[in-house]
Amino acid sequence: MTKASFQPQDSEELLPHRIVLNVRSMPSYAYGHRSPIWWGTVAFAAAEGMGFAMAIGVYFYLVFINGNWPLSAPPPDLFWPSLFTVVLLVSAWPNARAKRDGEQENLSATRRNLVIMSLAGIVLLVIRIMEFNGLHVRWDQNAYGSAVWLLLGLHTLHLLTDLGDTVVLTVLMFTRHGHGKRFSDVGDNAFYWYFVVASWLPIYLILYWFPRWW
Amino acid sequence: MTKAITPHELDAVPEVTRLATGERGGVSGARSEADYSPDPKELRDDQVDGPELTARLAKTWGTQKGLIGALSTVDHKVIGRRYIITALFFLFLGGLSAVAMRLQLARPESSLIGPDLYNQLFTMHGTTMMFLFGVPIGEAFAVYLVPLMVGTRNIAFPRLNAFSYYVYLFGGLMIWLAFMLNIGPDVGWFAYVPLSGPEFSPGKRADIWAQMITFTEVAGISVAISVIVTVFKLRAPGMTLDRIPLFVWAELINSFVIIFAMPAVVTASALLLMDRLVGTHIFNPAEGGDALLYQHLFWFFGHPEVYIIFLPATGWVSAIVVTFARRQAFGYIALVLSLIATGFLSFGLWVHHMFTTGLPQLGASFFTASSMLIAIPNGIQIFCWIATLWDGRPVFRTPLLFVIGFFFIFVAGGLSGIMLASVPLDAQVHDTFFVVAHFHYVLIGGNVFPLIGAIYYWFPKFTGRMMNERLGKWHFGLAFIGFNVAFFPMHITGLMGMPRRVYTYLPEMGWGNLNMISTIGAAVFFGSFLLFLYNIVTSARRGPLAGPNPWNAGTLEWASASPPMPQNFDRIPIVTNREPLWAHRDSLPVAAGLSVENREQIVSTVTAGRADLRESTPEPSIWPFLSAVAITILFVGSMFTPWALVWGTPPLALALIGWFWPKAGTEDER
Ligand code: HEM
Ligand SMILES: [Cu+2]
Repeated sequence: MTKASFQPQDSEELLPHRIVLNVRSMPSYAYGHRSPIWWGTVAFAAAEGMGFAMAIGVYFYLVFINGNWPLSAPPPDLFWPSLFTVVLLVSAWPNARAKRDGEQENLSATRRNLVIMSLAGIVLLVIRIMEFNGLHVRWDQNAYGSAVWLLLGLHTLHLLTDLGDTVVLTVLMFTRHGHGKRFSDVGDNAFYWYFVVASWLPIYLILYWFPRWW
Repeated sequence: MTKAITPHELDAVPEVTRLATGERGGVSGARSEADYSPDPKELRDDQVDGPELTARLAKTWGTQKGLIGALSTVDHKVIGRRYIITALFFLFLGGLSAVAMRLQLARPESSLIGPDLYNQLFTMHGTTMMFLFGVPIGEAFAVYLVPLMVGTRNIAFPRLNAFSYYVYLFGGLMIWLAFMLNIGPDVGWFAYVPLSGPEFSPGKRADIWAQMITFTEVAGISVAISVIVTVFKLRAPGMTLDRIPLFVWAELINSFVIIFAMPAVVTASALLLMDRLVGTHIFNPAEGGDALLYQHLFWFFGHPEVYIIFLPATGWVSAIVVTFARRQAFGYIALVLSLIATGFLSFGLWVHHMFTTGLPQLGASFFTASSMLIAIPNGIQIFCWIATLWDGRPVFRTPLLFVIGFFFIFVAGGLSGIMLASVPLDAQVHDTFFVVAHFHYVLIGGNVFPLIGAIYYWFPKFTGRMMNERLGKWHFGLAFIGFNVAFFPMHITGLMGMPRRVYTYLPEMGWGNLNMISTIGAAVFFGSFLLFLYNIVTSARRGPLAGPNPWNAGTLEWASASPPMPQNFDRIPIVTNREPLWAHRDSLPVAAGLSVENREQIVSTVTAGRADLRESTPEPSIWPFLSAVAITILFVGSMFTPWALVWGTPPLALALIGWFWPKAGTEDER
């Protein structure tokens, strides 16, 4: 037990440096998984995906507890949510363009794509409001109503967040800040939109088709 | 993969192609601003050296003076220090409420505290210990230490990190303020429905509890994400996966568990709030809901929660054991794999908290089996630590003493846990003091003892001064004896049938003596903390100066000054070994070429840890603080009216825009 080597050494200096690598010429940002923000977006999507999974779990738990479903209400209307699904799926195309043109650092195309994506978000939001009107059940009517509003509300929250993000980014790209690393942000924003699309498809089936099949 | 370096050439640095990717930033075929060569007028760290480099970097990375500066800081060490102090403060408050309970229980039919206050006390105690101390303390250490240990200058997403601290602080203050205003929650730390539902808990008490969950989980998930990305992308060049310090591995796995477990409790508490405030019926059996659903959601989180509290502690233990054994960890790979296995298995166990709710036979057996399964990775870890000590030349300083205390207490807690994992026994002692004894052995043994060891161990790094060793030994003795005197008798009172969560009992039950002993033990245990506090305060002022590496440890945080400069390292270290400072005793291999005038750090690849980018990280900003204020107003307001979600959103959105809007004149704007 070498106690001596443990005495605090207040005069001890930091180790001298020996330079073995120069990073001067490394790039200052990059796209996709090379960028920390991309990983942050994935991690947030994972946490939120877990939230969706929990809400879906709640829904099915209630289905199995009750046996009959939906509880004393007709299944919700199909028209608006189906329209929503179609528009959402179509929006994946300009979204892919936004990512690609962003990676090319093509400013005018990126601006156009982002405007399209902002408009798509607004249209979807309007459809979503119609969708809420066709549910035929209130959240405080019974557990079925609560579960439906929970799932639809949760998805709407994500829609709103991404729309807000997209609009701010769009404005940003029209200012003098619209260059460099911001193009990488465009890619991450597009990634998040895919998450909004992907999380919707199971919810669409569960909310609107499952009660008809059960 | 980098080739293994033999012990004889420990400080051999691999060639540059192994340390850096050399790839362009733009996608192929496109011209990208990422690849513009840096402004030649900007000073870089291959042009200056010595004290001048240190001073200039400190200016670039420093925190401004004044209140605005303090609230704008994004330095992970400043935020991390606040996080640690705040979590310890809540530990203290939780301890005070425990002492109050113990005083009441010391004698039968004591009239110190009435049933109402007692309900609030055990709820505040449990809630504080689990949500305001247990989870945050592990993350707090990650915020401070992970960036240092992986050899970078700041945590990933430093503004998110600052934001999370304020959200956590405000959430904790809210619930304690409510307690002082006599609207503290009184429904137990897991707030089961229907007791916590709208029918049986009118008033605001249960809402406060549920909303506090929202605060701490928003904060917890944010930190977890910052930690994961720091470990994935900001490691020093050369730090391959198998060179990541065990503490960092533990915090990484912990962060994953947090990301996947916490959404469940947020769902539970959000649904509870909705049932209470806007009239949903998720947990209301009369309208097709179900009360047991709440328990499933809660324990889907609640069991991993135990590991969220325990995993960082394994990191502290590993760091301390390796340093004081003076050798590399025995079974590094086995330790990492056990951490990962613990992370996965922690999700398979929630149902064992519900054995007494009547489960199908097969289900119960399955969960009994998997509850026992988790003993395997825990056993492997303990084996590896002991083997490390056995084979090393252990030096029994205070940090190591607390680790040894941890071994004993935690193993004892594990044994009573295995007893509980069998359904018939659990049915007997369910909701008695046996269970209280069990989980305090696990929680205090598994978290608080390693934590104290960790504070003694890293105190010199945090403050630049050593803690008093003699007081430390006294502290350990008092804590170990006090703890066991307080909690061992509770096993027996439990077997004698004393239920938990009762504010008093009759003399005829014969529990009086044992309870008196428990209370005396608790007082001694509490006293040991006062001694600890005294040691901390006096050592921070007058302790002997520590120097950068007082314990002769091997990991990178000890390559920075004590306390570290704002930039952590003057140049980013290059890692060739699991214990870099043991491999390089005379000079530290480093990377040069980063800006001295702007906050640049190296972004590396996920597995091989090769340097890939020199990216700038965010400057200080007041907006994360303002966003936390705005979200607090929204959360607190929404307990009183759902319209708060409407009028509370614009200020929050505004603050978030301020946060993300680039400021003119920073590096990525030029
Ligand atoms: C000073 C040390 C401590 C003492 C004396 C103490 C004492 C107690 C007592 C007497 C109870 C049972 C109350 C009852 O059921 O009537 C209790 C409950 C509890 N304790 Fe502790 N405790 C201490 C530290 C801790 C720590 C460090 C943690 C966690 C990290 C913790 C977590 C809990 C939890 C979760 C409960 C359950 C609360 C509930 O029933 O809702 N305690 N504690
Ligand atoms: Cu458990």
